[in-house]
Amino acid sequence: MNRQGGQLWLRIVAPLAVGAAFLALWQAAVRLSGVPVYILPAPSDIAQSLWVDGPSLLGSLLVTLRITLAALATAAIIGGLIALVFSLSRVIEISFSPYAVILQVTPIVAIAPLIIIWIHIPFLALLTCAWIVAFFPIVSNTTVGLNSADRNLLALFKLYGASRGQVLWFLRVPTALPYFLAGLRISGGLALIGAVVAEFVAGTGGSETGLAYRILEAGYRLAIPRLFAALFLLSVTGIAIYLVLDLISRRLLRHWHESAAAEEEE
Amino acid sequence: MAGSSPAKGNEDEGTDRPILELSGVAKRFGPGLEALSGIDLAVSRGEFLSLLGPSGCGKSTLLRIVAGLTPPSAGDCRLAVDRAPGRIGFVFQDPTLMPWSTVTANVLLPFRIARQRGGEVRDRAFAAIGAVGLAGFEASYPHQLSGGMRMRVSIARALVTDPDLLLLDEPFAALDEITRLQLNDDLLRLWERHRPTIVFVTHSVFESVYLSTRIAVMSARPGRIAADLAVDLPQPRSRGTRMSPEYAAMCERVSATLGRAMGGQAMGGQAMGTR
Repeated sequence: MNRQGGQLWLRIVAPLAVGAAFLALWQAAVRLSGVPVYILPAPSDIAQSLWVDGPSLLGSLLVTLRITLAALATAAIIGGLIALVFSLSRVIEISFSPYAVILQVTPIVAIAPLIIIWIHIPFLALLTCAWIVAFFPIVSNTTVGLNSADRNLLALFKLYGASRGQVLWFLRVPTALPYFLAGLRISGGLALIGAVVAEFVAGTGGSETGLAYRILEAGYRLAIPRLFAALFLLSVTGIAIYLVLDLISRRLLRHWHESAAAEEEE
Repeated sequence: MAGSSPAKGNEDEGTDRPILELSGVAKRFGPGLEALSGIDLAVSRGEFLSLLGPSGCGKSTLLRIVAGLTPPSAGDCRLAVDRAPGRIGFVFQDPTLMPWSTVTANVLLPFRIARQRGGEVRDRAFAAIGAVGLAGFEASYPHQLSGGMRMRVSIARALVTDPDLLLLDEPFAALDEITRLQLNDDLLRLWERHRPTIVFVTHSVFESVYLSTRIAVMSARPGRIAADLAVDLPQPRSRGTRMSPEYAAMCERVSATLGRAMGGQAMGGQAMGTR
C-alpha cells in the first residue's frame, strides 16, 4: 500500500536524520571546544577506534553474545515450563511465585559475586546470572496467558468432553503464545544486560574476555574512544536482538493476533 | 448427515416423549442471588422453543444448565439424548472462535476433541461450512471475516456433529439489523432441513415470534417461566411472514405477556423496540 510504504519510509528516515544531526552536533561541539579525547571523543575518533579495534572487539562481542543467547534460550524453556506448572496447579503457583519475585527484585550486581564463587565454570556462572535477570518476564507473562483462555471456549471444550491435556494444548497454550512472545522480547534485552553485569563482576574469569570487560579495561587505560566503540557494539547488539525477536513474534502471530495482523490486511 | 441420531428418536415415539424435561429447576449464586426458581419445562423433539425475557432473568443460566455446563442448585434436568459429546450443540452470544485457527479447523474442533480425523470428517466440516453459506472461506482466519460470518462459523461448528439438541444463547444480539434478519432466515432453513430440537434464548419479541414454534416467557428475579405460548404461524416462514397481520397480532400478544411478566413496567411499544 502506498500510504504504508510512505509510513515505512518515514519510520526509517526520520530516526536516521535525528541520529545524523546529533552526531554532527557532537562532532562540531568537540572540535570547537577542544575537549580532550580522553574526556569525550568525537564521533570520528570513535569510528576510527571501531575500525582499528573492530576485529578484537568483535571477538569479545561473540563471547558476550553466546552467554546472552544461551541465557535467553534457557529462560524461554525453563520459564515456559515453570509457567506451565504454575497454570496446572494454583497451589504451586501461590507457593512459589513469591520466590520468583524475590529472585527478580534482588539486584543481580549484589548476588553475582556469590554465584561466581559457587559456580566454578565461568561460562555457566555468567549464564546463571543472565538467566536470573531474564527468566521472570517470561514466567509472569506466560502464566497470565495460560490463565486467559476464553471462558466460553472453555465451556465449549467441556461440552465436547475434552480432556485436561486437550484443553491445555488446543486452547491454553495457543492463547498464551502472544503473552510468551511479549515476555521473550523483554527478556532479550534483559539477558544482554545480565550478561554484561555478570562480566563486570567476574572480570576476565576465564580465558575469554567479553565485551563488558573490554569496556572496563578501556576505562582504566583511558582509551575512551575504544570504550565508546565497545558501547556502540553493545547497543547495536541489543537492538538486533529486539528486532529478531520482534520479527519472530510477527511471523508466528501474523494470521491471528491484533499485534501482528495489521500488516496482513494489505 | 443423518443416521447418527439414536434409534429411539424416531417420529412416533419421539413426539410423545419430551427430549428435554426440566422439573423444579432452581439456581442460586451465593446466599443472596436467586437466579432461577421452580422452572418446569418440557420440550418435544423437533420443537423450536424460544426463551424470551428481559436481561438478567436467568435465561442464559437455564441454557447452561440444560447443556450440563452449570449444575442446578435444585430440581431435575432430564435429557432423552445421550450425553455423549456432540449430541448437543451450543452457540454463544459471541462467535467464540479460536482466532489462531482457520474456519475449517474451528468447525473441526468437536471431531478433533473426539480424536476423529480423516476424509469423512473433513467432508462433514466442508458440508457444514457450505450449509451456512461460507463455501470458499474454508482457509480464512476469523479476523478476516465480518461479525455475521463469524457467527455463521460458530453455527457451522454447532451443527457439524448433527446434534439432536441445539442451544443458542442470544446468538444474533450483537449483530446489525440486516445481518440479523438474514441469519434468522438461514437458521430457519437449517432447522427445516435437519430438524434438530432448538432452544433459543433471546430478548427480542420479533425474533422469537418469527423463529419459534413455541415461546416460554420468563420473568426476572428470580427467573421463572411466566407464560408458555404456542406460535401457530404457518410454516415455512419467510420475509412475507413478517408482513402478515397474524405475525403482528402474535407480536402484540407476546409483548403484552412479557409486559405482565415484568410486573407491569411500561412496556408496549418499547418492549417491541428493544432487541
